[in-house]
Amino acid sequence: MSLDPSFVGRSYPPTAPYQVGREKIREFARAIGATDPAHHDPEAARAHGHPDVVAPPTFPVVVSEASGKQVFADPDLGIDYSRVVHGDQRFAYTRPVVAGDELVCVSTVDEITNRGGHGFLTTRTEIATTTGEPVVTMWSKIVVRGEA
Amino acid sequence: MELSTKTFRVTRADLVRYAGASGDFNPIHWSDRVATKVGLPGVIAHGMFTMALVGRAVTEWAGAPDAVVDFSVRFTRPVVVPDDDQGTEIEVSAVVKEVTEDGLTRLDVTATCLGEKVLSQARATVRAPR
Repeated sequence: MSLDPSFVGRSYPPTAPYQVGREKIREFARAIGATDPAHHDPEAARAHGHPDVVAPPTFPVVVSEASGKQVFADPDLGIDYSRVVHGDQRFAYTRPVVAGDELVCVSTVDEITNRGGHGFLTTRTEIATTTGEPVVTMWSKIVVRGEA
Repeated sequence: MELSTKTFRVTRADLVRYAGASGDFNPIHWSDRVATKVGLPGVIAHGMFTMALVGRAVTEWAGAPDAVVDFSVRFTRPVVVPDDDQGTEIEVSAVVKEVTEDGLTRLDVTATCLGEKVLSQARATVRAPR
């Protein structure tokens, strides 16, 4: 399917603050088999200089879910989500996510290309605390497969 | 410098657990019926689950759970997870490309399943443990 390149540069409204919970970090860490004590034990995290348990590097996908949906479910953009596959993913950290963070996401369409009948869309999601401290930036490229 | 290869076993149960923890309930990650209907050979792992396992390898190599400052991958091939007790295996290896003056280490990472690369352009930048 073809994606409208005029959406490049469009930003979506900030999402409601996501409360990063200690148990959610533990649950995510268990699901990926991450056993480092700093993901589970606040004392171990404090030994690394953090106020509470530290999230594994890909945890921001959980935080950014609502923000991603704003883009992928934008009726004007018209993405058929059943045809979507994940292309690229990047995280650039200012600091790790820790339990107790209240995080707000702002997503922007960075790039749209159409090639070989497929649409390619890159979103950039800036994740910051409710007080405006930047934490991590994510880039996700999705491929919307054409009807073969 | 090459880092020691890490092997991760992935079963259907792991995908179900990851779906719950991550909130990604796309049925191609748990239903053969849906996966084959959209042209996949069967249920595949979440790309972000594969990336999470690579992230584990990277933090273990770095020696600190909070060492990652930049991490990127391209998903090139699906990881098919059969519905049996063995599941499949993902092997992750890396080479150190550069150690910068400010203490950052750049890694080029390779992830394979059944001998085929499942990621390309997989890179991580980690800082030295505090």
